Amino acid sequence: MSASTVIFDNVPGERRTRSSAERHRKWALWGSYIALGCFVVMLLAPPFYTLMTSLKSSEEISAQSGNPWIVHHPTLANFWYLITYPNFQTYYVNSLMITVVVVVISLAIAIPAAFSLARMRFWGSQAFSTGVFLTYLVPASLLFLPLFKIVGFLGLINNVWCLAVLYPTLAAPFATWIMIGYFSSLPKELDEAALIDGAGYLQMLLKIFIPVAMPGIIAATIFAFTVSWGSFLYPLAYLYTSNQMVLTVGIISDLIRGDVFQWGKIMAACVLASLPPVFIYAFLMDYFVAGLTAGATKG
Amino acid sequence: MPDVASAAISAVPRTPRWAHSANTVRRLARRRSTIAFCLCLPLILLTAGFVVYPALYAIWLSMLNKKMITFVGLDNFAFLLRRNTFQLVIFQSCLFAVTAVIFKAVLGFIMAHLMHNLSGKSQRIWRGLLLIPWVIPLPLSTLTWWWMFDPSYSAFNWLLEQVGIGPVPWLGVGWIARFCTIAVNVWFGAPFFLIMYLAALKSVPEQLYEAAAIDGAGAIQKLIYITLPTMRNIIAITVLFSLIITFADFDIVRILTGGGPQDLTHVFATYAFQVGIQSGDIPLGAAGSLFMFPILAVSAFFVLRGITRRSKEIAA
Repeated sequence: MSASTVIFDNVPGERRTRSSAERHRKWALWGSYIALGCFVVMLLAPPFYTLMTSLKSSEEISAQSGNPWIVHHPTLANFWYLITYPNFQTYYVNSLMITVVVVVISLAIAIPAAFSLARMRFWGSQAFSTGVFLTYLVPASLLFLPLFKIVGFLGLINNVWCLAVLYPTLAAPFATWIMIGYFSSLPKELDEAALIDGAGYLQMLLKIFIPVAMPGIIAATIFAFTVSWGSFLYPLAYLYTSNQMVLTVGIISDLIRGDVFQWGKIMAACVLASLPPVFIYAFLMDYFVAGLTAGATKG
Repeated sequence: MPDVASAAISAVPRTPRWAHSANTVRRLARRRSTIAFCLCLPLILLTAGFVVYPALYAIWLSMLNKKMITFVGLDNFAFLLRRNTFQLVIFQSCLFAVTAVIFKAVLGFIMAHLMHNLSGKSQRIWRGLLLIPWVIPLPLSTLTWWWMFDPSYSAFNWLLEQVGIGPVPWLGVGWIARFCTIAVNVWFGAPFFLIMYLAALKSVPEQLYEAAAIDGAGAIQKLIYITLPTMRNIIAITVLFSLIITFADFDIVRILTGGGPQDLTHVFATYAFQVGIQSGDIPLGAAGSLFMFPILAVSAFFVLRGITRRSKEIAA
């Protein structure tokens, strides 16, 4: 009874506060747009500058006059130079090749492991899934020196394929972690139905779990791709000659000779090398974000 | 009491109503765990061979002399600790990681809050734009930053010249160079915090804010009494996680300054690289990078605890 009177008393006042709240909200919205606009300008200034420089000729860069943030005489000469430059082609092919192999290996390792850890139990599986996450937290910079000896022992120093062995150690644990999250979120009835219909565990994984968990697999793929495309430390430490290099180290060691910086070409190379991740991102942003947040919100 | 009941219930299927059936179940269970183990085997081998073994091997390596023949105990660690350069490396690594993480967390939090005001569709567009630094491979964007920091005719110095400030030797002076490496890391990592916080903000129940608004709470009170407590766990996980990544960072310092000027920007990873790969003293380098281990281990422990708690919260 008292509650209803309180509400009744409040009606006129509430109407007033609501309109002021609306005005307040409008202000907040505009404020947000302006502030976010500032953030966008700050965060996108470097990519913008990369693009501008990549369109400049060497003469324009060395002239050192006028506003460096805009291009006065745009030219595609830098891009043309790189596309026809055999070394750059090698880096690109090496990067693509390694990335495809690493993505395949990582997923082939991660998906069965995640299925087993999420749905089946074996002795020590609980501890092992914790261990999987811990291995993801071990940074490459802690391991690259002992790995130098191990890679040397395997005879893979200055061989681009050493990356196909090493990158899965960075990609597979987190991919497994993402997949454990996805597999555990699927209803238990799914496997019960499959078991009743007489499916084995492998059939269950291939015919039910993999198709259903496709979003998770895409997120894991994107993660493995990003790791393998952008890593810098391992190739820098283990690859020396230009025929074995990948994009990240190739650009730096090839286009910077001594004190000569061909900035136009370097920036054009950065644009070309950033295209695949940006392209994937443009089309699969949601999966990208899902993979990013999976580490802390899933599992 | 409820425990006993649930135990009794779960025990029901296991009671051997048909003796041979129990046997089959046990055999099936054993087969099942064998299959499960086999499915995990590739991952076990991979992590054992290329993560666990190298980690243990690093400890062994760090106790050898430069030619890797004689066992020298903890001499490498003692030698490093006595070196002035390495003392600076410890200081710089901590400065780099802590400052960068604080800035990333604060900026990410502000951006997430601003984005939370927007409607779903425009939120997607803004998110798409703001995430771009995270998408471009870090070594490549660091190259751009290097070019922007160029002392003679660079993007930043030109802008400063327009407002009448003389050229700044961005990467040539210790403290400015340290600031630059941190700035690049913040630029790269802030979008990650934005995404994590935005996801967490969405999970705060709207009723709590409505209730607070009825009680007359202002924006700051809502932030302190509702948003922060609900997001505490996610904030902790993200910050510690980022601390690990930032602490072990290699790319930015390596490309931007190479550790210079006068070793004033070196962090553990770049110093270990210089000593281990470039000077060829692998044991000393391994010892240098092992100094990261305690901080990484403590952070990892708390990340794990946070995640366990969070998954319990979700389950509850």
